[in-house]
Amino acid sequence: MTTPPAPSPALRNAWILTQRELLHWVRQPALPIFGLLFSIMLLLMFAFLFGGAIAVPGGGDYVTFLLPGMFTLTMLFGLEGTLQAMSTDAAKGITDRFRSMPIGSSAVALGRSGADLASSILNLAVLMGGGLLIGWRITSDVGSALLAVLLLLWLRFSLLWIGIFLGLIFRGPGATMAVQVLIWPIGFLSNVFVSPETMPGWLGAIAQWNPISATATATRQLFGNPTGVTSGWMADGGVLLAVAWPLALTLVFLPLSARAYRRLRR
Amino acid sequence: MTYSLIAERLTKRYGDVAALDEFDLAVRAGSIHGLLGPNGAGKSTVVRAFSTLIDVDSGSATVAGHDTRTAPASVRRSIGLIGQSPAVDEILGGRQNLMMFGRLFGLGRDAARSRADELLDRFGLTEAGSRPVSGYSGGMRRRLDIAAGLILTPAVLFLDEPTTGLDPRGRSEVWATIRQIAEAGTTVLLTTQYLDEADQLADTITVMNAGRVVASGTPDELKRQLGADRVVVTVKDAADIDRVAASVRIDREPVIDLASLTVTVESPAGAAGLLRAVRALDAAGIEPEDLALRRPTLDDVFLSLTRKENA
Repeated sequence: MTTPPAPSPALRNAWILTQRELLHWVRQPALPIFGLLFSIMLLLMFAFLFGGAIAVPGGGDYVTFLLPGMFTLTMLFGLEGTLQAMSTDAAKGITDRFRSMPIGSSAVALGRSGADLASSILNLAVLMGGGLLIGWRITSDVGSALLAVLLLLWLRFSLLWIGIFLGLIFRGPGATMAVQVLIWPIGFLSNVFVSPETMPGWLGAIAQWNPISATATATRQLFGNPTGVTSGWMADGGVLLAVAWPLALTLVFLPLSARAYRRLRR
Repeated sequence: MTYSLIAERLTKRYGDVAALDEFDLAVRAGSIHGLLGPNGAGKSTVVRAFSTLIDVDSGSATVAGHDTRTAPASVRRSIGLIGQSPAVDEILGGRQNLMMFGRLFGLGRDAARSRADELLDRFGLTEAGSRPVSGYSGGMRRRLDIAAGLILTPAVLFLDEPTTGLDPRGRSEVWATIRQIAEAGTTVLLTTQYLDEADQLADTITVMNAGRVVASGTPDELKRQLGADRVVVTVKDAADIDRVAASVRIDREPVIDLASLTVTVESPAGAAGLLRAVRALDAAGIEPEDLALRRPTLDDVFLSLTRKENA
């Protein structure tokens, strides 16, 4: 019998699991490419098809208003990918194989984060490139722009735990379907496409309190783009809120995910 | 004598249902043990308890000397788990799969690559090694799955219904693989619903039902436990079947199977029973289609044990 090597640290294993996702891209590029095409299509549809009819409160060009919103929406849509990956692994028995191996649950979760953040970065890069082509510009400084990107990934990281949690408690393809349907109203009921100031009061309030709106506003401010916000706490506290909302989501869903993972042992 | 697997009074309840009910097991190192039982008997629960996937309510399970409750990490380094469906990445190639699992088991990149190549070669997958797994046949997929469980040459390999859903060819491929693994010194715990599979592969067998051990021993012991040979009369005409049954009812109750037009009766006296059956049929003026004496099979053992159990 070979001597078992010493247990590997979680980060090394997480990196191996992240590489698995990168290999998926190389092996099956059609899936990420379709994902990217979809983002581009949505972007062009809103920028040119509906954009002409939408005015930004406080002034400003609609395309430059729209782009940070699209970035944020892409982070939200990434949730589907997390859930899909989780439920495929569970259905195939790969989750059980990992659980029977000498690797910790933290490595599996970190590997998932690595893979999903990598795909989000790719998505962001493509959307930013597309945005620059149709007239979106960063008018602030490099530091602010970097902070904006970090805030977007911070939102993605917090949504990751929702995806892991849902993937662990709901088995089968039904859960993925449900999320695919529910994610649209959540994404649209925000300030991604239109400013809540143009909505009926109660709807605007919901949209304003949507965590997606916080990140969208903060990134608009940090990229130096029009925010569509003329007054109120959003105008000042955007960045703070974009830190706080994902933090709150993580604080709720990370422990819930860990608990759901432990409960697989029941 | 060393045992690689020991279960003592393992109990696991799901609500009111006992998946395991004081289940006991001892498997000698280096042997193949077959866990036999109908659907829902608790076979998978035994495997999941041994491989640290679930916590049991009471009792203990020891794998290669490590207690699953107090030393789960040591257990995980001593086992390979082959679940009911092949747990391999469909998009990656066979070699990429084995390399990924090898590196997760702690091997360096080069060591993982050479181990992957070794295993691909051993399981006849070298040629398919760089193709995506989604294009593999069921048997190939299963062999890759088993290879992934053998990366560290585990002390114990668990196979949960490894041939379910495979065609006869895939089945015999997997059987050959399992024999190979046991010859190399790994203890194998195999769950199956197929009696011939247990008969073919296992050194010892535990028959379980409703979470409990119903019988255990070597295949021969189990067959002997049921004892008698059987006289099987095949009739020409279904209308004759009751008359045949009446005439061969000597000291055991015959079993009538209308589908195959057979009457089967245990014959504790062996060949003498066959002779008696011939005389009885002759006296009744019945000419059978076929008349045979056969050794009990594991099917008979299984049916009689589980019938007793459910009665």
